[in-house]
Amino acid sequence: MSTLITTPNIDDADGFYADLLALHEGRDKAESDAINARLILVLANHIGDREVLSQAMEAAQAAGHHD
Amino acid sequence: MPDDQQQKIFETPLYPYERSQDQDAETAVRHPVVIVGAGPVGLAAAIDLARQDVPVVVLDDNDKVSFGSRAICFAKRQLEILDRLGCGEEMVRKGVTWNLGKVFFDERRIFDFNLLPEEGHKRPAFINLQQYHFEKYLVDRVRALQAEGKPVEIRGLNRITHLADHADHVRLDVDTPEGPYKLEADWLIACDGAASPIRGMMGLDFVGRVFEDNFLIADVVMEADFPTERWFWFDPPFNRGQSALLHKQPDNVWRIDLQLGWDIDKEEEKKPEKVIPRLREMLGEEARFELEWVSIYTFQCRRMEKFRHGRVVFAGDSAHQVSPFGARGANSGIQDAENLVWKLKLVLDGKAPERLLDSYDAERVYGADENILNSSRSTDFITPKSETSRIFRDAVLDLAEENDFARPLVNSGRLSVPCTYDGGPLNGADAPGLPPRTRPGAPASDAPTGEGWLMDRLGDRFQLLAIGVEVPDTVEADGIAAHALRVAPDADPLLAERYLGAAPGAVYLMRPDQHVAARWTDFDEAAVHAALRQATGRA
Ligand SMILES: Cc1cc2nc3c(=O)[nH]c(=O)nc-3n(C[C@H](O)[C@H](O)[C@H](O)COP(=O)(O)OP(=O)(O)OC[C@H]3O[C@@H](n4cnc5c(N)ncnc54)[C@H](O)[C@@H]3O)c2cc1C
Repeated sequence: MSTLITTPNIDDADGFYADLLALHEGRDKAESDAINARLILVLANHIGDREVLSQAMEAAQAAGHHD
Repeated sequence: MPDDQQQKIFETPLYPYERSQDQDAETAVRHPVVIVGAGPVGLAAAIDLARQDVPVVVLDDNDKVSFGSRAICFAKRQLEILDRLGCGEEMVRKGVTWNLGKVFFDERRIFDFNLLPEEGHKRPAFINLQQYHFEKYLVDRVRALQAEGKPVEIRGLNRITHLADHADHVRLDVDTPEGPYKLEADWLIACDGAASPIRGMMGLDFVGRVFEDNFLIADVVMEADFPTERWFWFDPPFNRGQSALLHKQPDNVWRIDLQLGWDIDKEEEKKPEKVIPRLREMLGEEARFELEWVSIYTFQCRRMEKFRHGRVVFAGDSAHQVSPFGARGANSGIQDAENLVWKLKLVLDGKAPERLLDSYDAERVYGADENILNSSRSTDFITPKSETSRIFRDAVLDLAEENDFARPLVNSGRLSVPCTYDGGPLNGADAPGLPPRTRPGAPASDAPTGEGWLMDRLGDRFQLLAIGVEVPDTVEADGIAAHALRVAPDADPLLAERYLGAAPGAVYLMRPDQHVAARWTDFDEAAVHAALRQATGRA
């Protein structure tokens, strides 16, 4: 069973982040939402492992809870 | 409008009212089994009981086939059950067998799929057949059994109006065109549909989820050269923001489902002057068609908390209801009937304790939950309920056009498959190393055996399927026998793949409903005894 990688794992973090913003440059909210959804699906398929995906969803949700 | 033949099938009484002797009896006549409802489920249960010489009376408040557009897809497992009941062949011959589908999104055809069923099964993955034909074949089968002297009766225009559940029997008030009479039953099977009056009479709940959406279901008669495929549209130009389905049935009848949304005027939407232009837009200006039937449905997914209440057992839509995406309504109801009948017969024969019937409850509630889960997921995909779920749905569809990986996420209804009763109360031993698909609780997988299909050789009694292992002709425990069914391990590679895996041989205890009770890699009489006791509620 694999576990979600939670330590820094992206080469050139700043470059990746810039690409992510560039992807949405000049798009309206509907286009951006659609791209984000497709991106999530593409990445999820790449990961494949249901256990890792569950942990990722959990991590995404937990980070938004500040209360 | 429809031609005479189509009209006739809806209008001709199939089981016209006839006065029964019970109506003239001084005191209420007691029957071992009374079934309320002559829909697909009640009829299947009645046929199965009668074949096994259990006297059964079916009461229905109607006398004709079910009205309008209802079930059309019947899955492989149901065809296998119908084969056992003796009417599978007619249905498969009449039905439309298909395995190709197309998915459209907006104005684009995004992909085709081939639902090629695996090799090595007698029956196809499924057929399309109108529910009224299905019911007609079942009634024909009842008539054939009657001609053989089997103890089965269908009483048309017999409506249950009151029910009293006594500890060891049920008392019924029945209304007929010639006035009321009383009847008693040792066991009552309530197959009286989703609106089940019996459930109401017993004050039982039916809770679940209503999908806030309306679907226009139209059956049209059309001479069209559309291929025999299932076409499903998401957000098409002719039904913006909604979905649509086109599927072929026998006799040049086509099923069309159009999602309409929630806030609509149902009476208005059903009018031909409203429906016909819609269909024209969908089918093309040149299409020449006639409306056979138009109805508007709202779908729900719900079930009773328990399916057995003392001497009253619920089966089919009365016990559970699903949305039709995935064809799980009638299909799962037929499995209910099949699960119940052998158990009821053993209890009636005094060969098993009454609590065997609690396993019906456990197994079929489990099955209903699986069906509700699948059907809810399809409905959630087809009719997204929030902005975000629509965004994801559309993302899946956009990706699916170019990317294989996204296609399994497209859910326009999953094929109905029977459930495996994992953790079920009747399951016995399992042997490590044998294939997971035939584990205890699973329905038998068909396979060639060198001497015909396995399904044709499995009967409706306990059987010891021995593949390359020596077993005696019968093994008996407390009056219940398991009969040997011997198959050579090298009879067919598909049989080996489905039942042996890497093992050189195996012994399977098969239940009368053709589910696996227990399995081993060698024969041990004491182990078979224990499994037989487990499978009949005596462990
Ligand atoms: C549009 C649509 C499409 C569908 N497609 C499919 C599909 O493709 N595949 C599939 O498997 N399922 C499908 N279904 C579901 C399927 O039609 C039902 O699951 C099936 O009819 C249930 O059978 P039943 O015997 O439990 O109940 P019913 O068919 O509802 O029969 C109940 C019977 O009980 C009788 N009754 C009621 N009250 C009384 C009373 N008081 N006294 C005496 N008799 C009474 C009624 O007259 C009726 O004959 C579809 C349903 C719809 C609406």
